[in-house]
Amino acid sequence: MRVGVLALQGDFREHLFALEECGVSASLIRRPSELAAVDALVLPGGESTAIANLARSFDLFDPLKARISAGMPVYGSCAGMILLADRVLDAAVGQETFGGLDITVRRNAFGSQVDSFETDLDFAGITNPPVRAVFIRAPWVESVGPSVEVFATFEHAVAVRQGALLATSFHPELTGDNRIHRFFIESVARPALEKAAVK
Amino acid sequence: MSQNVGTARVKRGMAEMLKGGVIMDVVNVEQAKIAEAAGAVAVMALERVPADIRAQGGVARMSDPDMIEKIKAAVSIPVMAKARIGHFVEAQILQSLGVDYIDESEVLTPADMENHIDKWNFTIPFVCGATNLGEALRRINEGAAMIRSKGEAGTGDVSNAMTHMRSIGGEIRRLSTLREDELYVAAKNMQAPYDLVKEVAETGKLPVVLFTAGGIATPADAALMMQMGADGVFIGSGIYKSGDPAARAAACVKATTFFDDPKVLADVSRGLGEAMVGINVADLPVAHRLAERGW
Repeated sequence: MRVGVLALQGDFREHLFALEECGVSASLIRRPSELAAVDALVLPGGESTAIANLARSFDLFDPLKARISAGMPVYGSCAGMILLADRVLDAAVGQETFGGLDITVRRNAFGSQVDSFETDLDFAGITNPPVRAVFIRAPWVESVGPSVEVFATFEHAVAVRQGALLATSFHPELTGDNRIHRFFIESVARPALEKAAVK
Repeated sequence: MSQNVGTARVKRGMAEMLKGGVIMDVVNVEQAKIAEAAGAVAVMALERVPADIRAQGGVARMSDPDMIEKIKAAVSIPVMAKARIGHFVEAQILQSLGVDYIDESEVLTPADMENHIDKWNFTIPFVCGATNLGEALRRINEGAAMIRSKGEAGTGDVSNAMTHMRSIGGEIRRLSTLREDELYVAAKNMQAPYDLVKEVAETGKLPVVLFTAGGIATPADAALMMQMGADGVFIGSGIYKSGDPAARAAACVKATTFFDDPKVLADVSRGLGEAMVGINVADLPVAHRLAERGW
């Protein structure tokens, strides 16, 4: 499985290291040709407005949206969650997302940086020890559609999955704990790709 | 479950999210909106850009809270603000306003000629300027969660930023070649804490994100700093002192992402109008050189 990390802006290198530690072939994606060469994608933390702008400017926006609609497995953390959301509250004027996840997220929902925090979190299936979750000007999931599963909650839903799409409000790439990346690869992306191959 | 705010990981992590991005100085709501639309990852709210501070002289201080709050209300991206070196009360005020990052900045007139702010006392993270590795590590020791090379703000002359990036990068590379028993003297010579010197020698990088600032005026300048190893760039006077700020802002954002692709850099450099006129750093009297502030 070849996994790309969208590398327009943000902490994409941390995601790259996490994926490499999980033993998959990982690469940075800035161009449509690079996107075409991967089976799955990670959308990193960063500024969702800046990332969407750059994707638009460099002809990645529509191809990415099309790949997501066609079933490409994607994991998004923080800004990545916003970019996967179908609906965004407190968005910037004209802010676009790739969409695909039937959720409504609220940007910067926990407050400004002085309110950013870390905490232990129970993430479905990953419990011993709990996940140390780092929330940085993080969004939360305000509401979910019927086919979305909630995997973790802190005040609101903060980790969700719908089919081949996984999103967290927090940043597992900052803690050196790769269990959520591993979960994405083994339990989300691999089954989705195998199912697509059978078809 | 309990939650911890203001941890080193939360403070440093915020800077990780800004990487590969451009942080732009803005003096009003209109400029902040232009910056956000251009793809800035954050704005620095201040009353006068460094070029004007230079031109007008006088004591430069923290901005009016009203002005900072208006900018906070106008954009969804992070808002930073500057406090004077050592002025911990300005920092307390900025923290109470809920800005996202404080720049303890040599661009403002220093309030303390010996001490910097004890940044561990704050929940809000700080970025500080540095001209060399020793200075960067002293700031990190005081709690800075992000470093920016200083350059010479308000000049549009990138040469000092270049000197500082070469100095920081060169000293990091040199440390990694030393024997372990030579690190004590290295720490003494660079007037930096031994533990941080040892950490840099082992990892080959700063323990926090390193941006560049001071004198960046063109997309090529931004890409130059990225190729020198910066994690991102601050652009102060370079955007709003130019002929077409919106176009230049967007071009600098694109150049920071595609810093290693000359074809993209050529495309984004076209038709930007006048760059800021600028001042050669060599023509500045020593007393007007901001990079030399900070200890």
